[in-house]
Amino acid sequence: MSLSVRFDAIEKQFGPVRVLHGVSFDLAPGRIYGLLGENGAGKSTLMKILAGYERASAGTVSVGGQPVAFASSRDAEGAGIVLIHQELNLADHLSIVQNMFLGHEKRRGLLLDEPAMRDAARTRLADVGLHRHPDTKVRDLIVAEKQLVEIAKAMLREARLLIMDEPTATLTPAETQRLFALMARLKEDGVTIVYISHKLDEVERVTDEVIVMRDGRFVTRSPTAKLTRQQMANLMVGREVSDMFPAKPPLPAGAPVALSAENISVPGWAHNVSFSVRAGEVLGFAGLVGAGRTELFESLIGVRKRSAGRIALDGQPLGAGRPRNPRDAMTHGITYLSEDRKGRGLHVDMALKDNLTLMTLERYAHPFVDGAAEREALKKAVADFGIRTGNLASRARMLSGGNQQKLALAKFLHPDPRVIVLDEPTRGVDVGAKRDIYFLIHRLAAQGRAVIVISSELIELIGLCHRVAVMRGGELVATLGIEHLTEERLIAHATGTH
Amino acid sequence: MRPAHTEGVETSSRIGGFARRLHGIGPLLGLVALCIGGTLLNGDFATLDNAMNVLTRTSFIGIIAVGMTFVIISGGIDLSVGSMAALIAGSMIWMMNGLKDGLGGHTFAPLTIVMLGIVLALVLGGLFGFAHGLLVTKGRIEPFIVTLGTLGMFRALLTWLADGGALTLDNSLADLYGPVYYASLFGVPVPIWVFLVVAAGGALVLNRTVFGRHVQAIGSNEQVARYAAIRVDAVKIATYVLLGLCVGVATVLYVPRLGSATPTTGLLWELEAIAAVVVGGTALRGGEGRVIGTVIGAILLSVISNILNLTSIISVYLNAAVQGAVIIFVAFLQRGRR
Repeated sequence: MSLSVRFDAIEKQFGPVRVLHGVSFDLAPGRIYGLLGENGAGKSTLMKILAGYERASAGTVSVGGQPVAFASSRDAEGAGIVLIHQELNLADHLSIVQNMFLGHEKRRGLLLDEPAMRDAARTRLADVGLHRHPDTKVRDLIVAEKQLVEIAKAMLREARLLIMDEPTATLTPAETQRLFALMARLKEDGVTIVYISHKLDEVERVTDEVIVMRDGRFVTRSPTAKLTRQQMANLMVGREVSDMFPAKPPLPAGAPVALSAENISVPGWAHNVSFSVRAGEVLGFAGLVGAGRTELFESLIGVRKRSAGRIALDGQPLGAGRPRNPRDAMTHGITYLSEDRKGRGLHVDMALKDNLTLMTLERYAHPFVDGAAEREALKKAVADFGIRTGNLASRARMLSGGNQQKLALAKFLHPDPRVIVLDEPTRGVDVGAKRDIYFLIHRLAAQGRAVIVISSELIELIGLCHRVAVMRGGELVATLGIEHLTEERLIAHATGTH
Repeated sequence: MRPAHTEGVETSSRIGGFARRLHGIGPLLGLVALCIGGTLLNGDFATLDNAMNVLTRTSFIGIIAVGMTFVIISGGIDLSVGSMAALIAGSMIWMMNGLKDGLGGHTFAPLTIVMLGIVLALVLGGLFGFAHGLLVTKGRIEPFIVTLGTLGMFRALLTWLADGGALTLDNSLADLYGPVYYASLFGVPVPIWVFLVVAAGGALVLNRTVFGRHVQAIGSNEQVARYAAIRVDAVKIATYVLLGLCVGVATVLYVPRLGSATPTTGLLWELEAIAAVVVGGTALRGGEGRVIGTVIGAILLSVISNILNLTSIISVYLNAAVQGAVIIFVAFLQRGRR
């Protein structure tokens, strides 16, 4: 049984924001497709529509020639389509077998038929090469194993089309190899795979064909063998990658060290990390998901416990354990914009001006908050940061991803920090806004601020930074200067395969 | 990519805008409708005397509800306010009666005693609120559980203090203290003036101060607030202290009314205060709300009970049932907003 899929003029709107503009293409059975596009290109939304997590605003999806509109992921699974989420969708406190049968439990009379489920699970686990007892709790598995559980679960549902969203983001090279071997076997069994990844070398290796999306539109498709990685990158970005980045301003000789961190340890996340960044410098932090980059900087602003280490600002050492909290950090001139924009960066339900002035509201209160001054500040920020909004009085959730991110940048720059840490500053942002943010980052550096950029997009780190520090397993393993910045080197250090 | 709940929020922004405006004035419309209904049902309803009576009775719950608005907007809840009021009332009376008999050979002027009683009420309210705040923030216990626990403790302490009966304020003190409830200024009873001042102050603090904005930010998303350099714990503690002070003020006004505290003093006040806040349009999940809405909500609830009193459609014993139904109904209307 094979399964062909056709997208016809798919549209999707979230409130006022259109994320898909009439996407049409088809997928033939038994092939591995690489679905390429930058963050915000609409790949995930399109795949969520196919897998029943979202409904299209317009257009039709056909499976095996029949138009379908899945009301839930369960319906899609019934048709043989399974999406394996980036953030895995397993219940941590349940066992492997309980997870695999969740919502589809086998029963004998009124009671669960545990032995039958365990046997079926065991067979599937062996198929995917996971040698764990089915009763093991999922929380005791490592990420790669959880992923295998997801795939085994999909096989259990007789999946004919498997969508994998960034499956290797958290895997070691050896684990990645095992996953690729499994994908090849699935393909031989006639399973169609849609593989979403930012790692172009992997796309080159495992896929038969690539489909490129950009800004919610289908751009092109091509057999993988006919494209170079550089071409893939250019197609994703929509222009020569080199146009995306401003020329790096030279680092002034003898620029003073703005922030230095010595032997920072964060229990479970970072061990003995030391680094420093100079005024006017853009320092990148590369590493796999879980390498401890975010946690390192969360500890530096005091939202996460630090077990050791001291930091100094402008050569002035701070006391042990300081900054104690984000307010302490802000008064010392550091702010941190989280990668989790909606969960940590912005109050999406609050007004734009309330977001902008929140960190420094005292400035506007004497003693009553001066709304007019706040609105003035917002007007200025909208102009300075190029925030596109029809209505200055609207709430942050009404902005598109890119404009939300610009507002977030404006907010965390409002206290006028000397050191700003930007964690995944272009996640979920369209190409135009991305370029704006890159130029902004260089403007900040030119103003003499130290900018730290944590990013998973290597092209971005290479295009932006004067130096890139690479973390692996909580340790800072290398710091590469401008002349050594290549994707291969960064990946080699990040994965420990150099 | 984007959370599913954004879907459909603004699909029909014109209708949405109308609904929002309607939601803003909804409680007021409800109040007006009730008043018209009340007038039609009983001629005594639309008299100045009755209006003053309703507003005076509203002021206790209303003052507490203003404090409750802050706690709920910040994402918390306080179930203990009724018991807290009872314990504060009992403690005040107990101390004032004690001081009247003199302390270590020292005697106090009656006015001093009443003043000390008032100070005690405010101090106790502030302390109880501070304890709630500490347990919620530093102790990291759900506010529901903390205040459910103290709800039991406060009332039990009062019952023990009153030995199961009533604590009654000494007559001479009661005469001196009486005007705090019974007197009028420009024809308006004192409790209504105090309610007005507390409500106006509350609205000003919520909408126009750094503290007020921080309260809203924490309720809207505590994690984001933490990352935005807000002292989340301090602000949350302050909301509970503020509520405790409001309970203290309400009790100061309430004690001269009956001059006694019994194990049923302040019973179900938490229900009425929370209902007033919710009816007034403050989201129970926190993040946004308005003090003026709370004031209208509190008056609306009193009007309901006043109409039940004046008419015989539903027994007045069912007052709490009607209030409970109103909370659930309003929460139903609020569901799915944002």
